[in-house]
Amino acid sequence: MHDNNLVRMANQIADFFRLKPEDQAVAGAADHIRKFWDPHMRAKMAEHLAHGGEGLNLIALKAVQQVCKASGTAAGTH
Amino acid sequence: MTVHTDIDRSPIDRGTPEKAAAQSVTLEIDGISVTVPAGTSIMRASSLAGIQVPKLCATDSLEPFGSCRLCLVEIAGRRGTPASCTTPAENGMKVSTQTDKLAKLRRGVMELYISDHPLDCLTCAANGDCELQDMAGAVGLREVRYGYDGENHLGQTKDESNPYFTFDPSKCIVCSRCVRACEEVQGTFALTIDERGFASHVSAGMNEDFLDSECVSCGACVQACPTATLMEKTVIQHGTPERSVITTCAYCGVGCSFEAELQGDRVVRMTPYKDGKANHGHSCVKGRFAWGYATHKERITKPMIREKITDPWREVSWEEAINRAASEFKRIQQKYGRGSVGGITSSRCTNEETFLVQKMIRAAFGNNNVDTCARVCHSPTGYGLNTTFGTSAGTQDFDSVNEADVILVIGANPTDAHPVFASRMKHRLREGAKLIVIDPRRIDLVRTPHVEAQYHLALMPGTNVAILNALAHTIVTEDLHNKKFVEDRCDLADFRIWLDFIKRPENSPEALSKTIGVPASEIRAAARMFARGPNSAIYYGLGVTEHSQGSTAVIGMANLAMLTGNIGRNGVGVNPLRGQNNVQGSCDMGSFPHELSGYRHISLDGPRTMFEKDWGVHLDPEPGLRIPNMFDAAIDGRFLGLYVQGEDIVQSDPNTKHVQKALASMECVVVHDLFLNETAAYAHVFLPGSSFLEKDGTFTNAERRISRVRKAIAPMAGLADWEATMALSTALGYPMNYKHPSEIMDEIARLTPTFAGVSYDRIDELGSIQWPCNEKAPEGTPIMHMGGFVRGKGKFELTEYIPTDERTGARFPLILTTGRILSQYNVGAQTRRTENSVWHEEDMLEIHPHDAEDRGIRDGDRVALMSRSGETSLHARVSERMQPGVVYTTFHHPGSGANVVTTDNTDWATGCPEYKVTAVQVRPTNRWSQWQEDYEEFKAVTMRISDPKVAAE
Repeated sequence: MHDNNLVRMANQIADFFRLKPEDQAVAGAADHIRKFWDPHMRAKMAEHLAHGGEGLNLIALKAVQQVCKASGTAAGTH
Repeated sequence: MTVHTDIDRSPIDRGTPEKAAAQSVTLEIDGISVTVPAGTSIMRASSLAGIQVPKLCATDSLEPFGSCRLCLVEIAGRRGTPASCTTPAENGMKVSTQTDKLAKLRRGVMELYISDHPLDCLTCAANGDCELQDMAGAVGLREVRYGYDGENHLGQTKDESNPYFTFDPSKCIVCSRCVRACEEVQGTFALTIDERGFASHVSAGMNEDFLDSECVSCGACVQACPTATLMEKTVIQHGTPERSVITTCAYCGVGCSFEAELQGDRVVRMTPYKDGKANHGHSCVKGRFAWGYATHKERITKPMIREKITDPWREVSWEEAINRAASEFKRIQQKYGRGSVGGITSSRCTNEETFLVQKMIRAAFGNNNVDTCARVCHSPTGYGLNTTFGTSAGTQDFDSVNEADVILVIGANPTDAHPVFASRMKHRLREGAKLIVIDPRRIDLVRTPHVEAQYHLALMPGTNVAILNALAHTIVTEDLHNKKFVEDRCDLADFRIWLDFIKRPENSPEALSKTIGVPASEIRAAARMFARGPNSAIYYGLGVTEHSQGSTAVIGMANLAMLTGNIGRNGVGVNPLRGQNNVQGSCDMGSFPHELSGYRHISLDGPRTMFEKDWGVHLDPEPGLRIPNMFDAAIDGRFLGLYVQGEDIVQSDPNTKHVQKALASMECVVVHDLFLNETAAYAHVFLPGSSFLEKDGTFTNAERRISRVRKAIAPMAGLADWEATMALSTALGYPMNYKHPSEIMDEIARLTPTFAGVSYDRIDELGSIQWPCNEKAPEGTPIMHMGGFVRGKGKFELTEYIPTDERTGARFPLILTTGRILSQYNVGAQTRRTENSVWHEEDMLEIHPHDAEDRGIRDGDRVALMSRSGETSLHARVSERMQPGVVYTTFHHPGSGANVVTTDNTDWATGCPEYKVTAVQVRPTNRWSQWQEDYEEFKAVTMRISDPKVAAE
């Protein structure tokens, strides 16, 4: 349920940037997630990603991958 | 300790308004030479020379009228005795204000007035505060030769229908100051002088009671009345005040300046302060009259605790309550981790209190789980304006509207939600400014006396971005944009990309017309009007922000303003109308989980290090949880403790059942408030709050104006809110030792570049300060982005219209949108505890006659309101203000459960809830909803307070 919510949020963010060239759109969405999501939310998303990232649109998926890579998939952070 | 109490009363009444003119004239009045701007009346010029000409029908908040014949003067070389209020001063004039001839004339006039006036001065409520009494003295009236037996107006029935003031026609001198105040100052035109000659009298509406008339109870007439004809009931009851304290209203984001007038520690009345720069002496029914909640019997003045929310509350000492809260937070953090607790700051509390709460969370909790109720109203404003202009605030001061030629109001209902500013706006509209209203409802501003919108674009809720794109598309494709402004002031690479986007055919009014629900020709016509200006200003409210594309819409408005060059001078701009008194301030003060005061991201090493040094702690560089994320985390079982200051999240946040579930799963909820609000039903510790009358501090209004809140009476619970937060922080192991809120402001100034020049002394000196206030702008900044944007070049950002996920269908065919009304404020915790409820006893569901008829609903019927989130019931009001397919309600009363129905959809950027679009069905019913019944039962258990006497035994 909660994962669905995060997926919806990530997709919404990605949609705002989707008219830009793909690399800029991905960077924009990734930057937004990094700036506004607390580490737990990002960790949860990393977990979701590890399970295939179901439901994420293309830009959201790439953005989330970028965020998780940069933070070394901060899963388990308290 | 700095004490600010008695302040000089309002400056003297100079009789006629100030005139601004390039040229000045010099004249001689009673032998004194005086130079004034051309167009100034002789009366005002005299007053400026220190000579007060007797007057009754003149007051400097109103245009001169010349009816009382008391202010007559003689001018050398001119015949007759002209009225000084209506005669402009001229170069070289020699004026006499006191001659035997004038004295005789004035005495004669007063004699006539007094021959038809009750002589009950000693027992009159205006005794000592009556201009008629003063003038009788000033002109030396000693006898009334006509006697008192002739025909007169004495002994008439008083109109006591208004809960706050009485109208006693026997005391009326028909000076028409009330009528003119209603017209000129308030703009409601509820009053008139009916009939002629001896029969002339003040009439509310069509000779109705004040309460039944169009009167909005703003108090402008009471303020203007020179006698006891219109008089506050509190003054009738208690007598005249003996001291006054200048402070700032704690209701909406206009932030009116008021004088709290007191006898000892009892407030007798609140009067709008003439020199207040936000309100210029005007007020509304909330600020002027609805302050009785501060001493309401339901105020909680003792701290309370309980083990479980099903236990009754138990009164305890401050020490015990604070220690309980602190030990619980510490226990939870030890068991579940540092990030398992957080807090919510209040947009109703002062800047200083808000700053302290976020400081406590960051420093004492050691995390960034702090958010504010601005999350659920104006967070998209911050995001959108920061992205495009580089600063998270409105661009203008309120006075700027006086220079606007075209006013675009979108998603705001100023006459209800920001009434004092609405009066200014209506004044400008009566002077000839054009008006475009974009709103699903026919709000009052669309057609009100002597104001009519040129265009009312009644769009479908949820299509703001579409209509903003269609407006911009029209302006670009019809070549109406301000190319020079864009070239000089904006980032051209971004602009070109945006230009390609906006020109696309899918953004044309024709393509979007069906989605928006407004004919393309009207959108085009409105776009042309806006582009031609020359000064076009955008005013907006929560109808823009509270959408899944709230931030995109704010960006869309910023694009529109840049495109037409309407930024950086008087009369233009993008102007958010903020909901609560200190929404701007709570955002400025670092209440958001991702940023420190002054909108600096917590991950930036520079600002964070500065705070770490000043506060002596390590700060977490990662953003914390936002309010909706806190709820999700609570339901997930990893967020278990919450401190909520001055916000009622159960009533005000969307999808009530979700909020209730989240709160019920927490182990320690601390509510700090004036009343046992809805959230308190889920709390374990209750800390009694202090009202705005009980503390020192500052509020920042919608125009970035920092104004003082001054303590008028002692805190009823013993501690002001900032003192309670200090105690909690200290108990948590992070000691705070401020002696006075001015020291907190000094810290804010030290750590926040936009506040660098702000201090209590400086505010006292200047009256109020609009930030940024620093070395570059030592007196503050009324208008931003003059000569250049704060971010450098203005940034055009793409604003693709993406419909919300919330769709209508067979099960839920209507769209519900929510809003506010004049007499109630937000969750109603304050106004419901005043006599304002005579205007709005319950939340009603407004529905168009067609939709009502389809469902067999008559006006006043109880109806069930259902959405995918939940169901509630309320009474229906059938109204053509609605368009078919759209229903509307307010959320001022907890029992109506408006937010049981709203969804947890949010703005993509900020998480601001989408209150304004919910797919619903409506059907007749004859009973409460299950939620309403369960909730009543639940509250009966959770709101109990144990009797201290019984508990002690």
